[in-house]
Amino acid sequence: MSSTSTHHRNETRIVADPALPTIVITREFEASPERVFRAYTEPELVVQWLGPRRLTMRIDEYDARTGGSYRYVHAEDDGTEYGFRGVFHEVRPAERIVQTFTYEGYPDGVSLETAIFEDLGGRTRVTTTSVVDSIEARDAIIASGMESGLREGYERLDDLLAEGV
Amino acid sequence: MTDDRLSRVFAALADPTRRDIVARLAVGDATVGELAEPYDVSVQAVSKHLRVLEDAGLVSRSRDAQRRPCHLESGVFDLMTKWIERYRREAEDRHRRLDAVLEQMEEAPETESRGSGAAS
Repeated sequence: MSSTSTHHRNETRIVADPALPTIVITREFEASPERVFRAYTEPELVVQWLGPRRLTMRIDEYDARTGGSYRYVHAEDDGTEYGFRGVFHEVRPAERIVQTFTYEGYPDGVSLETAIFEDLGGRTRVTTTSVVDSIEARDAIIASGMESGLREGYERLDDLLAEGV
Repeated sequence: MTDDRLSRVFAALADPTRRDIVARLAVGDATVGELAEPYDVSVQAVSKHLRVLEDAGLVSRSRDAQRRPCHLESGVFDLMTKWIERYRREAEDRHRRLDAVLEQMEEAPETESRGSGAAS
């Protein structure tokens, strides 16, 4: 099952294969692979975009090198924190990042995420494949996206458009 | 569609035989006997799978007493597509923030390390 739309030049595409426990996300960016790679690996840049809008993101560790590890939290206004952590299995500058990903609230669930940076001549296509351990777990991840997506979705987008992005 | 209904739909589709049955019904209606043919299982076992799919609202059975062909309720899949669309929108939202970060990086002078992160 996939989803896409054509209003914006660089739209996010998602494919959730009914038969495989995977989520594949594709998106193109108006920047070189080198620059997109930096935005994916330098903590002071990562913190500006990775967290959901309604939560505050705090990075405790982000050592984006082969064998390095990371941990960050998303915090509610009332202080409730959701922790995420994993290790960087392989970090190949401007080409590829392979990392594990675990939500600390459910430590038995570990996904393997591979991001590939494709040079489109000054532009970059990023394809991220997440492999989880069951189709049920995959569906639960998509379900959790629905809850927050409902709340913030267009609201955040409107703000960004107003800022002239 | 309620969350409960959604989890029933996804639970129903978590089984490979049931996904197969859905794939076959996507081509056209079929009877239980026709659906059971390619599998090394009894008609009863296939009926059990069909009941799960029916409970989830994915499949309906016609009242035609002779054949009672099974029919795929494609409307349910439209709802699931909407569900994934919401997930996609959240990812798109994140990516637009990344667009903004990338744009700022272009404006900022190309220094090796922004700030003194490495030294602190």
